[in-house]
Amino acid sequence: MATTTAGADRRTPAVQFERLSLRGVTRAYGRNPPALRDFDLELGRGDFVALLGPSGCGKSTALACLAGLQPLTRGSIWLDGERIDTRPAEKRGFGMVFQNYALFPHLSVQKNVEFGLAMRRVPRRPRQERASAALRTVRLEEHVGKLPSQLSGGQQQRVAIARALAIEPEVVLMDEPLSNLDAALRIEMRTEIKRIYQERGLTVLYVTHDQEEALSLATRLVVLRKGRLEQSGTPQEVYANPLSAYVAGFMGYRNLFPARCLASGPDRAVTVAAFGKSLSGTLISGSGLSDGAGVTVAIRPEDLVITADAHADAVTALAEVVEYHGRELSVQARTADGGVLHLTTDQPVAAGSTLALTARADRVLVYQGGLDRDELASEAGTR
Amino acid sequence: MTQNPATQNTAAQNPAAEPRAGEPAGRRPLRHRLAERGIDWSLLLLGPALAVIAGLFLYPFVYGLGISFQPQAGGGALANYKSFFSDPYQAGSILKTLRLALPVAFLSVGLAAPLAYRCRRDFRGRKVVTLTVMLPITFGGILIAQGMPRVFSPVGWLNLGLRALGLPQADLIYNYQGTFIAALLTSLPLSFLMMMGFFGGIDRSLEHAAATLGAGRAARFWRIILPLAAPGILTAFMLALVESFAIFPSAILVGQPDNQTHVLTIPIYQAASQNSDYTMASAIAVVLTAIELLILGLVVFVRGRLFRGPATAGKG
Repeated sequence: MATTTAGADRRTPAVQFERLSLRGVTRAYGRNPPALRDFDLELGRGDFVALLGPSGCGKSTALACLAGLQPLTRGSIWLDGERIDTRPAEKRGFGMVFQNYALFPHLSVQKNVEFGLAMRRVPRRPRQERASAALRTVRLEEHVGKLPSQLSGGQQQRVAIARALAIEPEVVLMDEPLSNLDAALRIEMRTEIKRIYQERGLTVLYVTHDQEEALSLATRLVVLRKGRLEQSGTPQEVYANPLSAYVAGFMGYRNLFPARCLASGPDRAVTVAAFGKSLSGTLISGSGLSDGAGVTVAIRPEDLVITADAHADAVTALAEVVEYHGRELSVQARTADGGVLHLTTDQPVAAGSTLALTARADRVLVYQGGLDRDELASEAGTR
Repeated sequence: MTQNPATQNTAAQNPAAEPRAGEPAGRRPLRHRLAERGIDWSLLLLGPALAVIAGLFLYPFVYGLGISFQPQAGGGALANYKSFFSDPYQAGSILKTLRLALPVAFLSVGLAAPLAYRCRRDFRGRKVVTLTVMLPITFGGILIAQGMPRVFSPVGWLNLGLRALGLPQADLIYNYQGTFIAALLTSLPLSFLMMMGFFGGIDRSLEHAAATLGAGRAARFWRIILPLAAPGILTAFMLALVESFAIFPSAILVGQPDNQTHVLTIPIYQAASQNSDYTMASAIAVVLTAIELLILGLVVFVRGRLFRGPATAGKG
């Protein structure tokens, strides 16, 4: 295995990279439309970038291309000045955490974590010490002798993280690492990942379909759609200003519905017709909307407000389903013309009662064009 | 997850131990008690196969074992065994069988393993390769043994081809080599078929994980794939061994008259058909079985010491 030793220099942890760049990365499977198309991404040292999108948007493909598990159809990947997409996976030195953990079932926890170090010909003593340190980081030091199958799902994921960290990789790649855990454990591990990220000063590329995970972990968010980059920015930017209805759907704008433009004014103020009423909103995408043009309206459940005085502009809707969420109620209401609205409120609402709903114009986001609901439905819509 | 403490707890607090208030006192219904021991009507599914095995295998086997100790020519219970082991030509067939079966089993596993390893992932022409390897099974051993004398004869295409190239002639029929080839061609597809299943059961993400950790192709194979496939490889080895242990048609058709191919099945056949001495035939068959069981026992022992869990990557 001369190749392993030859690559060792390039993988020494002391190497501090500045920038990892994906340029025009395209990956096509056979004759199908490319899973990833002309994808550009820049990762600086210390970034935590989340790739967000529904299944099939190309996010896992991007990760696999970066890890070297899949060849590129076009494009290149650069680590500072060096082109790395031609290197095999074993010479890229990225740590990867897999959705199904991919722990070696025949090796003990300790041996699993030591594996990457053994591949780097680290002598036994320092190898054991570094593996132990990695296991301490994920708080699993008392389980070192066990086989992976003797651990719970959360513990297995910790081992997977420790194994990726032990090689002190330049970049850690995480492919939906929490999606196989139950809800409580998912939140716990999420905090754990953030803690490790902060403590170790890691650079992370994190793939998820869960907006909450992406928002809470990432320093930068990249939303993908059908293999293309749809929007990127800090979590705050993307959360507050989704540039398309698609992104809005991911960022908790649960009310997404088609409407017609009635009039557009200065400062991107628009009036749209929906549910037989006229709604004041803010135009986000598109310009020079003609009257009657088709638009998509996005409103968060918490921005729909129940008003006492049922003035002319308020949308009236019948509360159909009321869910108790502790501090607030989550209500599904149906308008007279059959549209469904979701809102959260701290006021008492009884199922079957009629509600008058309004929203501030700056919280009603209007996007030009229609919406492909199926794209979002798969995963984001259900959350 | 058998080690899950939660499941152990529920098992420990056996609900059968304490009848709750309100339930009728006394024993629980018979159906529940039987169900707890896994006894229900579905056990009847075992019936037909067990009947066939008992009637058509177990009885003849025990019968054969019995008559092997009742020699036709008299001379005590062990006379057949004594005469077999005291005749160097007959007893020598044990070694000849081993000399044939062991290398065949090793080689067929050795050839099938890399093939099966690669064939679990798709590539252009994979179906053709798979089909070609499997073809000998569909032919059966006799057809191969029948065809070989023609293909490999001094005027067959192989030797004609070799002659045209000015190379020495290949002597591949009516000898050890011929029997070896015939045996290999029958056991190779079986080994391949079995190992496809075993390699296919190894999650691809394990290899991916090993690669991202710095393991090259060779390291991935030796440290991940091979240890996880080893139980399967040993099973395939056992099958190939059993298969070539009982080789008979090809030993006759392409082996004789070479002394080296006088494998155990031939004296059995001779004793039973030519000398009409079934007790002797049974005795040699018992010897054959005992040797096979010895080797299989050894392999099973080795396999038991390997990691036997599922080669999956974890949850999901």
